Amino acid sequence: MAADIVSWIFILLGCFFLVVGGIGVLRLPDVYTRMHAAGITDTMATGLLVVGMAFQAGFTLVTVKLLLIVLFTFFASPTASHALAQAALSAGIKPQLADDRRPGAKGGAPSEGEDR
Amino acid sequence: MVRSLLLALVLFGLWLLLSGHYTPLIIGFGILSSLLVAFICHRMDVADHEGFPIHLSSRALTYWPWLAWEIVKANIDVTRIILSPKLPISPTLFQVPSTQETELGHVVYANSITLTPGTVTVDIVDGMLEVHALTRGAADELENGRMDRKATAMEGLGGASKAGGTA
Repeated sequence: MAADIVSWIFILLGCFFLVVGGIGVLRLPDVYTRMHAAGITDTMATGLLVVGMAFQAGFTLVTVKLLLIVLFTFFASPTASHALAQAALSAGIKPQLADDRRPGAKGGAPSEGEDR
Repeated sequence: MVRSLLLALVLFGLWLLLSGHYTPLIIGFGILSSLLVAFICHRMDVADHEGFPIHLSSRALTYWPWLAWEIVKANIDVTRIILSPKLPISPTLFQVPSTQETELGHVVYANSITLTPGTVTVDIVDGMLEVHALTRGAADELENGRMDRKATAMEGLGGASKAGGTA
């Protein structure tokens, strides 16, 4: 019973972060900032949901498998995010920046890409 | 060779956890297939310090919980930004030095940055990582180099003693 309650707290928190990630993807202005919102669903939401499910499963092999899913997600998701960011950059999509600290850039100048 | 045998052992452990069948015949198949995969990896020369970085496992046990906590903090920050009506973002593109010595170390650091919401590694140029951050604050946080030192310490090579002191 206690495990059920804890499990539900984790699962509901995970759902909350999933929704926040979705809201972020809708609200943020360009592809690069949206990736940060998507990152919430990859890390926090996945982690909390899986911990919640682990409380349902208890000390069984299912829990081990759930934890392995988190481990593999945490290896795969940054690789995918990086590939996406790099693809967007090489496709010539300019990030909307408030601050460009790269060497050679006009620091702090509001950048191009004001198409929204 | 030792590394390949260790790989077989780890594979077999993983197989045991995933299969859940403990009859002698099935376990025999498990042992055979782990050995076969380890042998193939040995022949392909991929069971090296990059493909099978078991030497990092002890330091990973301290690095991962630290990283997990950083991720939780960053998640709460980004959540607050997204839910705030004013949407206070200040997207920043900047470069941070990556002081790790091996390519694996660079990957560990770059992936740690990407895994933390609010910062994404976009590119790597001559030991510098180009990072896109959602806010100036997230960029400042990364520029103070704490995660870089932690990742270098996790790599555990020459800089270990120096980095260990600051960690």
